[in-house]
Amino acid sequence: MMAKMKALVCRECGKEYPTKAIHVCEMCFGPLEVKYNYAEVKGIISRKKIEEGPRSMWRYADLLPVEGTNYLGPHAGLTPLVRAKNLGAHLGLDELYIKNDTVNHPTLSFKDRVVAVALTRARELGFETVACASTGNLANSVAAHAAAAGMRCYVFIPGDLEAAKVLGNLIYKPNVVEVEGNYDDVNRLCSEIAGEHGWAFVNINIRPYYAEGSKTLAFETVEQLGWRTPDQVVIPMASGSLLTKIWKGLHEMKAVGLINEVRTKINGAQAEGCSPISTAFKAGRDFFKPVKPKTIAKSLAIGNPADGYYALKATGESKGSMDMVTDDEVVEGIKLLAQTEGIFAETAGGVTIGVLQKLVKNGTIKKGDVTVAYITGNGLKTQEAVIDAVGRPVRIQPSLVAFEKTFKMGKNGGGDS
Amino acid sequence: MIKVRIPTPLRPLTKGQGEVEAQANNIASMIETLNNAHPGFKDRLCDESGELRRFVNIYVNEEDIRFLKGKETALNDGDEVSIVPAIAGG
Repeated sequence: MMAKMKALVCRECGKEYPTKAIHVCEMCFGPLEVKYNYAEVKGIISRKKIEEGPRSMWRYADLLPVEGTNYLGPHAGLTPLVRAKNLGAHLGLDELYIKNDTVNHPTLSFKDRVVAVALTRARELGFETVACASTGNLANSVAAHAAAAGMRCYVFIPGDLEAAKVLGNLIYKPNVVEVEGNYDDVNRLCSEIAGEHGWAFVNINIRPYYAEGSKTLAFETVEQLGWRTPDQVVIPMASGSLLTKIWKGLHEMKAVGLINEVRTKINGAQAEGCSPISTAFKAGRDFFKPVKPKTIAKSLAIGNPADGYYALKATGESKGSMDMVTDDEVVEGIKLLAQTEGIFAETAGGVTIGVLQKLVKNGTIKKGDVTVAYITGNGLKTQEAVIDAVGRPVRIQPSLVAFEKTFKMGKNGGGDS
Repeated sequence: MIKVRIPTPLRPLTKGQGEVEAQANNIASMIETLNNAHPGFKDRLCDESGELRRFVNIYVNEEDIRFLKGKETALNDGDEVSIVPAIAGG
């Protein structure tokens, strides 16, 4: 049998490289991407094999860039696809679903998918030390997986992260490096550090493998919809990688014969305070201008989005759309999802719900469209964003009288019955 | 003199050096100077029309030149320039 991975290939000029820990084309600086032998995969993959596979994203291992089955992060993925009847009714959609990665294992964000792939591959390539540049969720996931794998770990984060995301690193005892600057500063610094140290930087030299993990969000959605592709998806964008990989994942399913056609429209969501990709889309440009981020949606605060070009391309090809929302709309989006579906999302989820709402209102997403909103992180990690918008508990003395008086209930239990 | 930090993909051109020095008054002239010292340098950074390739990021004293004046960004004695490939999110 031939290997399922053929090569790394430059997305810009097409030059091919061996499947090592490299991420940039030496000729043109373009990003490298994993190229598979789809004919080979087609012969071994099937709906039945997937359905009988592990209860995790590794059921799609035939389309993931690892060689063995010694997975680090064996429980990542296969999160619930929630039929959101209440939110759907509120927005005027007949068939809305939430892909709920707020409960991904082990660190409650979609990053557990990409990190499981990155660390599995890093170990296959012989690395002992892992590292990352992160807006928070990625660092949490790398730190947790490294602890479980017994690998040395360095995580680099911007200086203004939410408290829970900082603590969510420290508890696993990696080296946590807080950089005085924003994520784009962290990214540049890490790129230079990666050149000096032989570490597996998951989103730098391991990026071609790491990014592939995001495809599982597409695979699972299709399987959970009964092997149907959705008509519309709404995806939050930071670097634009997730959106690009969901689009790639849908097309791979077709390439290996799991589905017959892809009709999905891909929609991208950003916060106004950091919307270089959505701004370019709305202006009809195929290139973006970097920005200095200023938004509460810190997990999306990447002013210089590396995959911005490809996100614009994927959205255009799919005939989808992009939009952005204000920070107030982000908070309203978080509350709306919580109060209609009982799902507490982080700020990126507020961006997704806010943009979903906008796209329904302006007619881009129609009542009958089967729609999936990707909720990629957990609200307990970004409590600062909503703490002033959720009210306070009602405080009473420990007596029945005090309770009855406060809620002014009748003898039969009052309001609820 | 300005200091230029060289990323891994370009080090084969600088005999493995991670840092080189150059005499130049802006980014465009820096690229020409480096190309003279290390032939092939310009082709890696710039496309056929001479514009910087879209996945090349250049920083002067930690600031992205797209927030400054692009290739016309002035350089002064002691400035530090970094050339960095675009990298993914996190």
